[in-house]
Amino acid sequence: MTENLHSLTAHEARTLLDAGEITSVELTTAALERVAQVDGSVKAFITITDELALEQAKQADARIAAGEAQPLTGIPMALKDNMVTRGIRTTCASRILENFVPPYDATVTGRLYQQGAALIGKGNLDEFAMGSSNENSAFHPTHNPWSFDRVPGGSSGGPAAAVAADECLFALGSDTGGSIRQPAALCGIVGMKPTYGLVSRFGLVAFASSLDQIGPLTKDVTDCAIVLNAIAGNDPNDSTSLQFDVPDYTQALTADLRGLRIGVPAEYFGEGLDASVESVVRKGIDTLRTLGAEVEDTSLPSTPYALAVYYIIAPSEASANLARYDGVKYGFSAQDADSVWDALEKTRQHGFGQEVKRRIMLGAYALSAGYYDAYYLQAQRVRTLIRREFEQVFKRFDAVVMPTSPTVAFELGEKTADPLQMYRNDILTIPANIAGIPGISVPAGMSEGLPVGLQLMGPAMSESTILRIAHAFEQATDFRGTHGLPPL
Amino acid sequence: MQEGTHLTTDDVRHIALLARIGMTDDEIERMRGQLSDILAQFEALSQVDTGDLQPTGHSVDLLSVMRDDISRPSFPREDALANAPNREDDLIRVKAVLE
Repeated sequence: MTENLHSLTAHEARTLLDAGEITSVELTTAALERVAQVDGSVKAFITITDELALEQAKQADARIAAGEAQPLTGIPMALKDNMVTRGIRTTCASRILENFVPPYDATVTGRLYQQGAALIGKGNLDEFAMGSSNENSAFHPTHNPWSFDRVPGGSSGGPAAAVAADECLFALGSDTGGSIRQPAALCGIVGMKPTYGLVSRFGLVAFASSLDQIGPLTKDVTDCAIVLNAIAGNDPNDSTSLQFDVPDYTQALTADLRGLRIGVPAEYFGEGLDASVESVVRKGIDTLRTLGAEVEDTSLPSTPYALAVYYIIAPSEASANLARYDGVKYGFSAQDADSVWDALEKTRQHGFGQEVKRRIMLGAYALSAGYYDAYYLQAQRVRTLIRREFEQVFKRFDAVVMPTSPTVAFELGEKTADPLQMYRNDILTIPANIAGIPGISVPAGMSEGLPVGLQLMGPAMSESTILRIAHAFEQATDFRGTHGLPPL
Repeated sequence: MQEGTHLTTDDVRHIALLARIGMTDDEIERMRGQLSDILAQFEALSQVDTGDLQPTGHSVDLLSVMRDDISRPSFPREDALANAPNREDDLIRVKAVLE
């Protein structure tokens, strides 16, 4: 059992590790060899931490031998490069943080280290998580493992591609408007954005604080539940993190859906949805019915406004959050300046990429005198409307189902010329962030040789329910068994 | 929100000043076109009847969370200064703020 260790899921690897059939050093070496083999083409990583990974693997093997293994002990992982890692540079795929070495670990980093996971590296992203294709990385785009001329989605495209290409067994992404779910869909893996506040954001470099949430990117739904178990829970260092008893999410993974009511909101099947994507998702919805769920049409009428709400609120919050990059305490700093203001303007001119500047400008405008009420406050009022519609629908349904992305992975360069066209990729994922509710994308099938994701959203704190539905769907459809892994 | 949002070059210069981002004339012009197009798409929001709905700042209704006022160690000075681009001994060097 030493062949293709990199292709194992985390729970498959756990069984072999605990049985003593493999060691974490063997498993981690296999993952690093896979990185060496494929990452020249995929380019999923900004930083590869091979020495750390092998050191952590050795320590994990000692823990396993002592009978002290936890579910992720010895499992190779990747983190999106906007989660800070002590002593390992954390760039946010931005020139402004190119050489930033954090003095502390994010809460999620610490929790996964405590479990004994082995860090393979830091995954590529759109700069500051602003983008839907990974083409906004200041360093290099990531390529979709299913087809190298396609994008992996974004902004967590690097970690999603790393999981899909078997360069690690699981990863963490962050999702502000779909940045976990959309790349998961485009790369044929599982990705979940938990309820706002379920996972600590301490040490996640802030983009839009009322929308950002960290979540798992995994090869299957069981791994998603295992990783969520490891990272969920209150954190005194994040004042927005929720106080609750973390359940064992793996307990939710039963095989049938009898008694569950699932709504199909018409607004998610409208203009812009690719016909073959719709057909795969509709077939998936039939499967949910076959599994015993009561499936009915429903409506979330304010959905068409979600995109505008998002692209006012997120840039507004970003313009405030990114004010901290002043070239004084850390990060890129323009030295050829003749005043403190000149230094600030030059630092930000040369440190930030085009999309980041665009969003800061958009946010600064929406928050500026004379426009605040019309843009920012109105967007927040419509946010309330969208939230209330979800609350109404969840009185009748346990979850809603829809596509994750309106299209399959598009070609590199196809949408870079027009920011608005790129923004529309997020149209089906954004509402969950606006409402603060959980969403999961699970592979549903293929179109044009590329993966299609089926998305489930549920009320706040319904992670167990949507994991249960996603798991039953996965067991019935067996995407990994049917479509195999990307041909690399 | 006005109909047909068309930002002027001066509008964009003003926003760039607020955001403290230096821009060339070409960048100002490109940004003017792109921001105008994006803002035009958002005008639909002004037509939504939000009645007496309160704005949502956070999706979860949270009260201010206070921690106990217990002192704890901060970062060691070396750690806090390690990333400073322009350091002089234990200080960070910046341009003069007051002329």
